[in-house]
Amino acid sequence: MKIRTLGRHLREGVKNVGRNGWMTVASIVSLSVTLLILGSILIIAFNLNHITTNVESGMELRVFLRLDATEEHVQDVEKAIETMPQVKETTFIPGDEALDRLIASLGSDGKHFEDFKDEQVLPHVFVVRTTVPQDIYQVAEEVRKLPAVEKVNDGGETTRTLFQVTGMIRNAGLVFTVGLAFTALLLIINTIRMTISMRKQEIEIMKLVGATNAFVRWPFFVEGVLMGLIGAIIPILILSFGYNRLLEYVMERFKLPFFDLLPISPLIYQVACILLGMGALIGFWGSMISVRRFLKV
Amino acid sequence: MIEMHDVSKVYANGVQALHNINVVIEKNQFVYIVGPSGAGKSTFIKLMYREEKPTTGQIYINGQNITQLKNRHTPYLRRAVGVVFQDYKLLPKLTAFENVAFALEVTERPPREIKRRVFETLELVNLRHKARSYPHELSGGEQQRVAIARALVNNPSLLIADEPTGNLDPDTSWEIMQLFEKINLNGTTIIMATHDKEIVNRMKKRVIAIENGRIVRDELRGEYGYED
Repeated sequence: MKIRTLGRHLREGVKNVGRNGWMTVASIVSLSVTLLILGSILIIAFNLNHITTNVESGMELRVFLRLDATEEHVQDVEKAIETMPQVKETTFIPGDEALDRLIASLGSDGKHFEDFKDEQVLPHVFVVRTTVPQDIYQVAEEVRKLPAVEKVNDGGETTRTLFQVTGMIRNAGLVFTVGLAFTALLLIINTIRMTISMRKQEIEIMKLVGATNAFVRWPFFVEGVLMGLIGAIIPILILSFGYNRLLEYVMERFKLPFFDLLPISPLIYQVACILLGMGALIGFWGSMISVRRFLKV
Repeated sequence: MIEMHDVSKVYANGVQALHNINVVIEKNQFVYIVGPSGAGKSTFIKLMYREEKPTTGQIYINGQNITQLKNRHTPYLRRAVGVVFQDYKLLPKLTAFENVAFALEVTERPPREIKRRVFETLELVNLRHKARSYPHELSGGEQQRVAIARALVNNPSLLIADEPTGNLDPDTSWEIMQLFEKINLNGTTIIMATHDKEIVNRMKKRVIAIENGRIVRDELRGEYGYED
């Protein structure tokens, strides 16, 4: 194909958007509505994931050493923990520091404990976080085997339940998103089919006048992608405006530590990319499958 | 120019439209294809630009065996053969100019040349002043003239017409026929299926009559031969 012809196809594709008037408007509107729903679901899903991740990342492991643990033991345990691949960070709290904290937290009653300051009454503690929150059980299992370790606190039933809940929220979100995306696709394909069926005759005429399949297909392809992009830009604008307002509202009304919504950037750019991609893909795919059916003249 | 050897056509539904057709059409001839409805005229016409393919037999156009042509080469055959239809088959959203230009655009000619050729051809069919009109703004005769311009714009050596005057009143039909006459005098072979007794009898050209899928008559200066 000559460059000149490519230019012709681009021009024709753009013109066709205008030439088909109401049919174009109908397709773009239905695409916009579907992508708007999909975009909203995406924003909700991203935020749900963000919140559950926030909650989960608070999970930590407390490793209590035996009271008679020596400096050497402490180093051995530290080394053992830090060489585990799942571990993200460890914080060491020496026994005397723990006592200081206890005294400080008890206020005036704390002075009764001042006498123990030179003794080892509280154990040394390692606070361990893992890269993947769910890995803390595995790490706990390993750490328990170390000789200088008295006990390991992995949060027990509470964290297990929490992980179950967050996992369920994630799965439900995923199923919901996929289901909606699928419904959206069906709706769009139907609309595009309708628009192009009306152009069956047009395609036949082009073929009878000596157009090759590629020559017929190109402007349709340009038109489809263009309509897909326009159909994506509208919901992107609505969503960025709407989400911005939502953030402002939430900021003013609630100040909950774990209920923390994602900032508008980069979230809205991610959603915009997905919607533009989906729009272009649907437009491209829809026009291709519909044109192909009429090319056999 | 055109040769058909033992051409038969059976449609997928079992209807046998053509039986053993053998015919030779010389360059520059003007040929009418006549016969009752459903006799096989349209099938005969459609074989020549591959809207249909023969079940058996060989068809040669300009020495090329088009029965052996690959599907992806069909567009190039259609550019060498101009076709005019009863229902005009214009693209409804394009102007007269754009409709004619389309047949040249598919050949990827430079825009300047396209523009010049389209205006020349519209001039030939006396429609230069309607270049910017859309098909729905034109009368039936005018639409058919646009369609003829489109069929001619590639300078085909063969023009095929399937009942081109079927939807037109007698006066307009006559204008169209004079146009075909002019085109034929310029050296283009013309094959036309028609039901128009008046025209066939008046023009005194070669007449091929098809009945039940067979050629039953082939006369060099023939008559329509049917009582409508």
